[in-house]
Amino acid sequence: MKVGDLPGHGFKALALPDPDRSIDGVYIGDLLSWVMGRAQMDNAWITIMSNNNVIAVASLADCSCVLLAEGVELPEDLIELANQKFINVLTSEKSAYEIAVLLSGLLS
Amino acid sequence: MPDALVFHFDVDGENFTSAGQASTAVKRNLRQLGLPSEIIRRVSIAMYEGEINMVIHANGGAADVIVHEDCIEIILADHGPGIKDVSLAMQEGYSTAPDNIRSLGFGAGMGLPNMKRYTDSMKIDTELGVGTTITMKVNLT
Ligand SMILES: Nc1ncnc2c1ncn2[C@@H]1O[C@H](COP(=O)(O)OP(=O)(O)O)[C@@H](O)[C@H]1O
Ligand SMILES: [Mg+2]
Repeated sequence: MKVGDLPGHGFKALALPDPDRSIDGVYIGDLLSWVMGRAQMDNAWITIMSNNNVIAVASLADCSCVLLAEGVELPEDLIELANQKFINVLTSEKSAYEIAVLLSGLLS
Repeated sequence: MPDALVFHFDVDGENFTSAGQASTAVKRNLRQLGLPSEIIRRVSIAMYEGEINMVIHANGGAADVIVHEDCIEIILADHGPGIKDVSLAMQEGYSTAPDNIRSLGFGAGMGLPNMKRYTDSMKIDTELGVGTTITMKVNLT
């Protein structure tokens, strides 16, 4: 599936500069080194962290998108940064677990 | 044979939030060279972890990335406190990072292990009170 399909499934797009990026799997985590060590390229990354290091990690680890759980939002300057770095960021009121369950259904 | 391509960066030790600029620039440059994305990803992550370490633990330093014919070499040099026990520092989960760094999502003690994981060779030269130089290589063939 493509990141651009997510707004049709209840996600709110905060930055969607690369909607054609495909999602191949999911990684959940808030500790950035764990994400860089364990997430795979083209994973959707579910987290509740929303600082600018998150944008850097998503870019360097080549995640297809950042999915902010629990309704976490991104400040305006980070939305700008995400667009500039070509990083998709979406948010959802759901928990990380609920998002993972939803994606599991969408990916299969 | 053409000269190897060298990218040099100074890593600002004061500015934690902008840490990652060198790695991001390297990623962009390697992409322009048309290298495979998995290679770029490995170099980017290894370098970012090292860059972050220089900011958190060593008050900044210098990063050089050299694109050789057969590998990409990353040299991170700082004049920080040095690493007392390298084999302990290499263990997953070992960290001396302060709490404010942890609240940003770093300090999980996985940086050095990630650098090793994503590179084909890694050498740590360190001396207490003098500094640390880490040399990593990612093979292209
Ligand atoms: N450049 C450095 N200078 C001094 N100490 C370092 C440096 N890099 C790493 N260290 C030490 O090694 C430990 C482990 O590093 P790392 O695996 O990256 O974990 P973390 O950065 O999360 O603490 C650090 O907590 C620190 O004590
Ligand atoms: Mg580290």
